Amino acid sequence: MITFILNNKTIKTDTHPGTTLLDFIRYTENLPGTKIGCREGDCGACTVLEGTLVDGKVKYKSIVSCLTPLGNAHGKHIVTIEGVNLKDLSPIQKAMVDDSATQCGFCTPGFVMSFTGHGLAEEKSTYNKAIAAISGNICRCTGYKSVEKAADTINELLKLKDIKDPIKWMVENNFLPHYFLEIGSRLKEIEVNPTFKNSSKIIAGGTDLMVQKPEEIANADLNLLYNRTDLKAIDEKNNSIQIGSGVNATEIMNSSIIQKHIPDIASYFKLISSQQIRNMGTIAGNFVNASPIADLSIIFLALNASIILKESNNKRNIPLRNFFLDYKKLDLKDGEFIEYISVPTPKKNTKFNFEKVSKRTHLDIASVNSAIHVTLNEDIIEECSISAGGVSAIPKYLKETSDYLQGKKITNGTIIKANEILQQEITPISDVRGSADYKRLLLRQLFFAHFIKICPTSITLKELLS
Amino acid sequence: MKNVDTINHVTGKSIYVDDIPVQTGTLYAAVFGSPKAHGKIQNLNLTKALELAGVERILTYKDIPGRNQIGGIIEDEALLAEEEVHFVGHAIAVVVAKNESIAREATKLIEIEIEELEVITDPREAFKKNQLLIPPRTFKMGNVENEWKNCDFIFEGKVDNGGQEHLYIETQGSYCYPMDNGSIKIHSSTQGATLVQKMAARILNLPMHRVEVDVARLGGAFGGKEDQATPYACMAALASYILQKPIKIILHRLDDMHMTGKRHPYSSDFKIGLSKDLKIVAFQTNMYQNGGAASDLSPAIMERTLFHSTGAYFIPNTEVTVYSCKTNLPPNTAFRGFGAPQGMFVIESAIAKAACELGISKRIIQERNFIQENDTFQYGQIAKNANMIPSYKTADEKYHIEHLEKEVDDFNVNSIENKKGMAIMPVCFGISFTKTPMNQARALVHIYQDGSVGISTAAVEMGQGVNTKLVQVAAKVLSINPDRIKIESTNTTRVANTSPTAASTGADLNGNAVKIACTKLLERLKNTAANMLSCTASEVDIKDEVILFNSEKSDITWEKLIETAFLDRVCLTENGHYATPIIHFDKTKEKGHPFAYHVYGTAIITVTLDCIRGTYDFEDVKIVHDFGNSMNTIIDNGQVEGAVVQGIGWATMEEVVFAKNGKLLSNSLSTYKVPDIYSVPKNIEITPLKTEGPELALLRSKAIGEPPFMYGIGAYFAIAKAIREFNPNYKLDFDAPFTPEKVLMRLYSK
Repeated sequence: MITFILNNKTIKTDTHPGTTLLDFIRYTENLPGTKIGCREGDCGACTVLEGTLVDGKVKYKSIVSCLTPLGNAHGKHIVTIEGVNLKDLSPIQKAMVDDSATQCGFCTPGFVMSFTGHGLAEEKSTYNKAIAAISGNICRCTGYKSVEKAADTINELLKLKDIKDPIKWMVENNFLPHYFLEIGSRLKEIEVNPTFKNSSKIIAGGTDLMVQKPEEIANADLNLLYNRTDLKAIDEKNNSIQIGSGVNATEIMNSSIIQKHIPDIASYFKLISSQQIRNMGTIAGNFVNASPIADLSIIFLALNASIILKESNNKRNIPLRNFFLDYKKLDLKDGEFIEYISVPTPKKNTKFNFEKVSKRTHLDIASVNSAIHVTLNEDIIEECSISAGGVSAIPKYLKETSDYLQGKKITNGTIIKANEILQQEITPISDVRGSADYKRLLLRQLFFAHFIKICPTSITLKELLS
Repeated sequence: MKNVDTINHVTGKSIYVDDIPVQTGTLYAAVFGSPKAHGKIQNLNLTKALELAGVERILTYKDIPGRNQIGGIIEDEALLAEEEVHFVGHAIAVVVAKNESIAREATKLIEIEIEELEVITDPREAFKKNQLLIPPRTFKMGNVENEWKNCDFIFEGKVDNGGQEHLYIETQGSYCYPMDNGSIKIHSSTQGATLVQKMAARILNLPMHRVEVDVARLGGAFGGKEDQATPYACMAALASYILQKPIKIILHRLDDMHMTGKRHPYSSDFKIGLSKDLKIVAFQTNMYQNGGAASDLSPAIMERTLFHSTGAYFIPNTEVTVYSCKTNLPPNTAFRGFGAPQGMFVIESAIAKAACELGISKRIIQERNFIQENDTFQYGQIAKNANMIPSYKTADEKYHIEHLEKEVDDFNVNSIENKKGMAIMPVCFGISFTKTPMNQARALVHIYQDGSVGISTAAVEMGQGVNTKLVQVAAKVLSINPDRIKIESTNTTRVANTSPTAASTGADLNGNAVKIACTKLLERLKNTAANMLSCTASEVDIKDEVILFNSEKSDITWEKLIETAFLDRVCLTENGHYATPIIHFDKTKEKGHPFAYHVYGTAIITVTLDCIRGTYDFEDVKIVHDFGNSMNTIIDNGQVEGAVVQGIGWATMEEVVFAKNGKLLSNSLSTYKVPDIYSVPKNIEITPLKTEGPELALLRSKAIGEPPFMYGIGAYFAIAKAIREFNPNYKLDFDAPFTPEKVLMRLYSK
């Protein structure tokens, strides 16, 4: 029995946990304000809020209901546009009206929900954060300029919010109906006891499987990891950072532990899908989907991550770079799942950089992406790990190139020579994301970009091209 | 005035087709489309699909009681394929099941054997094999052949532009149910209610009065629901009629993308000749339009390409030919601009090529050749109130174009990793359906006893704000509070024989019909008021809901007036019929006066390239636009912004990719990218050109939907300019869209 609160109504249902939350909302509960645009998380028309009880408080985030298996809603508060409507317009809705941020209206409820999620975040509002909140919402009519104005208006209003208790503040200021104040105590009554089922169809955030195999998920015996709190931790111990497999991309980019070692992590993660998807998709999910272009795989390959695989009581620890065997083939046995990821704590004098180019800079899949992690001793490269996606059948650890650079002095000549080795290591193919020639050239450029960013004084585009 | 729909939109209460509460017993349909791009159907085996629990029926062309034909202009398109298939996704069967997922699942169980035939995806190849949808057409003025010898410079080149997926966020869909008397009612997400009605009647062999089509609103359309909503409405109607059940069909995004047509790709050759003083003397082009597998609206789109092939310029000698080529792609269709963007891209490319070869700024050639008052368009119409030069001059006065160019040059001198480019995009766009008979509309206006007003027209609200403009017209004519006025759904039983809401004409045509109906009502009500005040009708007027007697307020309110009129048995319902005057066109001569008026404007677009990564950011789009006397600046500015961004999308990231075998590769939102909030220009500044506005525009407020789309074309030339700043070896080429891939390859081409 899946139990959750949908707006102000407690739902108990025997519907299959692999049904999409979107279909359940629209066609079982007859709440048509949540729209269907693409069913692959790429338009945001179906955005809803998910509230989770954490240490007695309800924390909300935006998610796309098209990729949420209904089972993931268990124990949560799910909020649709109908659930935020008051007698009068909320200040968010009013801003959208006043700034004419809606034309055909089909994407609009999704924008309202994303902005409302931004209001509920326990952090100070800024304009950039308000925009990031709608980074997964596509509008084909307005050209977004009016939406930007609405975001500005909304941000000005939300600057005043109490970040310690945004729910109360939002209710008191007529952003939300009163029933939100009772949700915490109502959620406590729902038993959340996710048990590990020994079926093989593991699903976490759903952001890949619900796109690739929705029919299969709708019928399979599912092992839902999404609500497993034991897989959610990020810890630093014994010279390594341990990241639970169920940690999502938002949690990584906001983690103070990760930020301490990779200060620019948030700017890199901003290039990965959208806020809604980052709120759902897990690190392990990104690894096991085995896409040769998976952003997190590329980032964690360069960080020399290991994964700890678990099957019943057996555990094994393998380097991530050995996990990918061939196109969509993994060193993963039946019944095994990733329990956590272990990253050696970066040394003080290391630098990290991530580059990604896609047709559209945000909310797109890379044509080529690449990460680098170097330890420098003045201008000598002590250690170096470089990875690249979209240039091979697997997310590629560029071993030859990395090895070559080890111990070398950083000069334009070294980088040029290293690129020659790099070009030998890759085997890009032509597809919808670009021709093989483009991907070769692009990876060269991203490889150059790493060093131009890391050593802007000694490495320049002009020198590299001469 | 704000768009009247916005409050319902932000509360999620606006109802689209898929939101209509379904009747008990509703069944769901999914389309089985051809897996191959071209071939003969050898065997179609439905057995396994029919065995799937929950499948009720699978319909093929054999089940069609009427004619299996939905071609609008030319009858060359079956609703369901019979012996041959002509594109991947070509509808063959309609599966009806208890729910949508069963219906979709069943389509996968249908077995088909197809004897494959040669697949053509390229229009030039189709042309070589004489695969044309219709005979070619040529527009001529002056004598090109004689004039080449008088040109000081002649340049030739090739131009390609890609397609464009409409990506309305609401996919195609319809909900249909049987009514009594053997009738059916169709709710359709269509721009053209009558077209759906006509085709469904044809398919079902019913007279049109048995088919009622109702359209509440669309979740975006952009031309994609002008002709191509029809098949899905017809399929729902067919299933509903045969099974006598309510049927819903909502296309899955993946089906919508691979089954429906898009903006036409064109491949063109041009030759341009200039005099020493940079006047364009002669221009010749052959354009190969990729029409897809059936003609759909291609003939009309071809026509608009011809009309706009000289862009915003006067060229005394022109000869333009368009070949509409038949290929094995989904039938390409209407999309904002309707062939004009493709035409304009060619003339702008020709000018860019000339400028590049002559080593001068493209702007210099542009500004010496703008169309002026009393110049003749190549189709015979004389330019009147030609606002091209005024819009350009206003832009120059406001923004100092040479100064902007210098800023860009200065930036480029000092920057290696980033380069800027700037381009001017002038627009001159004709307003009217180019097929003259379509320029008519009707409005049905009821004034209810309580003084509230209900208006029905042919206009379909799809985000462009036409309903709001209709309210404004009625409120202005009747001088009542807009809150009293409701715009009803578009319904063929209330307003018949309608033109689709398209060609930017929705407000002009329907608004004028409303104006006529309301004016007639007003005259009648003045008589009533005159009776009440014992005076003559010429002595009364209505202002802000109060009756005036010799310009003085009386104590008669609007409500009192209506109540009295009703009791006096005055007819409170009126019909307005509007047909655009003046326009005509003679196809045998390809000359006439096809447009009520033209819309003009100038855009200045600036881009910054990241020369390491090949990516780009648009800083700035500065526009001077000829709105006429805008009746709603909020809506009109919104249309400009949305159109510009869509135009930039077409010129840059939006890339429709088909494999050689006719399969769509950019088949989802993860492989086909439209602008998101981060990719739009940081600043879009719109300045209205101060003009009176033409009489033929509704309240002198010019049509707005399409013209600003073409400002986006400037994005292509801004990028090209910036690439040349980094790589002097780069000779301009014209192959839109300018994706990051193309940019990077050109930045580093030898």
